[in-house]
Amino acid sequence: MTVKVQRDDFDVGAEIAALTAGRTDIGGVATFLGLVRDIAGGEAVSAMTLEHYPGMTEKMLADIESQARERWALDEILIIHRFGRLEPGDRIVLVATASAHRKAALESCEFLIDWLKTRAPFWKLEETGQGEHWVEARESDDEAAARWEEAPRKAAE
Amino acid sequence: MRILYFAFLRQRTGLGEETVETPAEVRDVAGLVEWLKTRGPGHAEAMRDVSAIRVAVNQEFAGMDTAIAANDEIAFFPPVTGG
Repeated sequence: MTVKVQRDDFDVGAEIAALTAGRTDIGGVATFLGLVRDIAGGEAVSAMTLEHYPGMTEKMLADIESQARERWALDEILIIHRFGRLEPGDRIVLVATASAHRKAALESCEFLIDWLKTRAPFWKLEETGQGEHWVEARESDDEAAARWEEAPRKAAE
Repeated sequence: MRILYFAFLRQRTGLGEETVETPAEVRDVAGLVEWLKTRGPGHAEAMRDVSAIRVAVNQEFAGMDTAIAANDEIAFFPPVTGG
């Protein structure tokens, strides 16, 4: 398992190559790549600054990761989350899960990003034509994460 | 006790963190919030709406009724918006 919290950009291809290097037991890798969008709530966004809680961030990501391992048979998990000032089109977050079979990889990838959105201590400050404002948490994100609590499941075949 | 503030709480208090010695009657997070509000107008404004605040005690999510002790690290922040 690898958790990286960093200011720098990352290379998705290189990260996946590193995750699977020398492994012949992995049948599939699922990824979620989050990008900075140029519009939010109808307002043009020129940039955003991601603030986080050093220490707790790594702890929560490791906790989220271990929950995924309890639920699915996973060979590798990678979570990269950036902080600092980012512009539209920039990469923010990468979640990659590797498993023998696609179902475990795909489901656990969705689980990880849903949980990360409601549990990892990051906050986004958006810059718009109307000035700066903190992004508010969305109820739909809480609902997406809660869905996984209702349906705990055994490791996928 | 080490207190950390993030996002709008950091902006309104004007502090990223501070070290405080609380009176003996402050035993839980709710008591700490009430005591912190008396430290100045920025603190009072930051903590005006408790429903907009989340808290972590020693880097674990906690509640207003969570007990606190002198050496704890306590962080206040809005609901998270990463990902």
